[in-house]
Amino acid sequence: MRVIYRVAVSVFRESVRDRVLYSLLVFAVLLIVASYLLGQLTAGQDLKIIKDLGLAAIATFGLFIAIFIGVGLVWKEVDRRSIYSLLSKPVRRHEFVLGKYAGLALTLVVNVGAMTVTFYSVLGYLAWLADDTARAGWAAPAMDPALLAAVALILVELLVVTAVALFFSTFSSPFLSAALTLGVWIVGRFNDDLRHFEDVLESQAAAVLARALYYVLPNFAAFDVKAQVVHAVPVDLAYVGLTAAYGVTYVALLLAAAVVVFERRDFR
Amino acid sequence: MVAIHTDGLTKHYSVGFWRPRPYLALDSLTLDVEAGEVFGFLGPNGAGKTTTLKLLMQLIYPSSGSAEILGRPAGDVEARRRIGYLPENPYFYDYLTAEELLEYFASLFGYAAAEGRRRAAALLDEVGIGAERRMPLRTFSKGMIQRVGIAQALVNDPEVLFLDEPMSGLDPLGRLEIRRLVLRLRDQGCTVFFSSHVLADAEALCSSVGILAGGRLVASGTLSEILAFQAHGWELVVSGISRDMIERELQLITKITPLGGDRFALELPLSPPPERVLSDLIGCGASLVSLNPLRKTLEDYFVERVASSGRTHGARPD
Repeated sequence: MRVIYRVAVSVFRESVRDRVLYSLLVFAVLLIVASYLLGQLTAGQDLKIIKDLGLAAIATFGLFIAIFIGVGLVWKEVDRRSIYSLLSKPVRRHEFVLGKYAGLALTLVVNVGAMTVTFYSVLGYLAWLADDTARAGWAAPAMDPALLAAVALILVELLVVTAVALFFSTFSSPFLSAALTLGVWIVGRFNDDLRHFEDVLESQAAAVLARALYYVLPNFAAFDVKAQVVHAVPVDLAYVGLTAAYGVTYVALLLAAAVVVFERRDFR
Repeated sequence: MVAIHTDGLTKHYSVGFWRPRPYLALDSLTLDVEAGEVFGFLGPNGAGKTTTLKLLMQLIYPSSGSAEILGRPAGDVEARRRIGYLPENPYFYDYLTAEELLEYFASLFGYAAAEGRRRAAALLDEVGIGAERRMPLRTFSKGMIQRVGIAQALVNDPEVLFLDEPMSGLDPLGRLEIRRLVLRLRDQGCTVFFSSHVLADAEALCSSVGILAGGRLVASGTLSEILAFQAHGWELVVSGISRDMIERELQLITKITPLGGDRFALELPLSPPPERVLSDLIGCGASLVSLNPLRKTLEDYFVERVASSGRTHGARPD
């Protein structure tokens, strides 16, 4: 565990010094702040707009961070040969993979945390400005704790995406890994549709393929409860817990697959 | 005690994407390196030196054969606690400073933060990295990276040190410092496995050498074994004598090289001993400047062995 922790801290330190990460974070924070201005343009819907845009910004920029930093994590070490020195130390290959993942997960947690604090600050400012009439028209309070359920599931989704990116980066280039990860994420978003493809497809082979993809790929739509929390539809805590457990199971499976691939690799 | 042992270590690669062809990078390497010696692993470019080191570090897996370091299988974590490794043309993390890198690597060996800082500072002093130690590694020159690479290989006081082309990128002063460092480590009982194609470094540092060509070990032994009985004549330097007088002894002199003024370098056969020629020349008024046996250098031996192996290039197809 000590080695995994050390590798993770090193990844986190390198990530927080990466200008790409700062650019993404600054852009996300700006977008969340700008959602306040956009909200002013809509009569009576300002709170919903801010919540909608804020959660979308956290999910989108989190996805960029997960993919763009995740796909380079292992590849960069192998391509630049820094892995030669590292693996000559008492570091097992699985500790390296898990440490890399833990470091990026920590980076994501901190970034999603920073974006959430900004998001709640904007909502708090709106609540402070609003009069009683405006407040009476809100379906849920501005600083609704239910928003945290949406943020938590976004974070779990990002952790799954990171695990997908890390898995691909153990054997392919960053460009290919990014394309594959994005592909998995997009298909995973429409996972429910894959389940019913056999009802509309004539080809038996395509139906079998769609069914196989449905079982293999994570259902990313399950992590999306943004619409419910924005419209004050209660989100069952049991659902959040079960979906998080589903995400963690996928992460564990993907990391196990990444370790198996990485253990066998020759670093030529 | 044997520090490094390989038994029939072999590595095949597949080359080519569409029609992969097998390529033999290392062919049945069987080698023992005794503890406490500086072992020079020599060979032309592409001979398989780096492949061997990667196999010993388990960065790649052998196709067949085995390797042990300090009695444990290569790649064993307990063995890695006791070794240091400098890869060829090392590269480290852009955003870390030299100090942070060494502290990070020290932490992987379980050293506490304070001890890691102490070791990092001492090693960076040792390899001549001064105030730059707090600058990001991406700003370092190749020679400075090489020095950091040597420092990181020593962070755990290794019992066995593997150096892959350690002089690469270093200026003459840097090379001298590393030579002194290697000799100091040897005196402290560290085994040094030193891969290089610079024979002068090997001749100055190593007690034993192995010569690799085309993936196969073509010669190995101690330097004294290899070079001691390789004397093939004498070089006599005299002064205060004319060329005419020297030529009177011509039947025993194989070569005369004027050195300027009345100084001459004379090459004599190994037998008979040079005393007779020397006493004749002194009798004619010559003064002795020096007398040395003519030996083969490691370079002569290397060229001869590599050429006779018929494997002057790198790896070969199966």
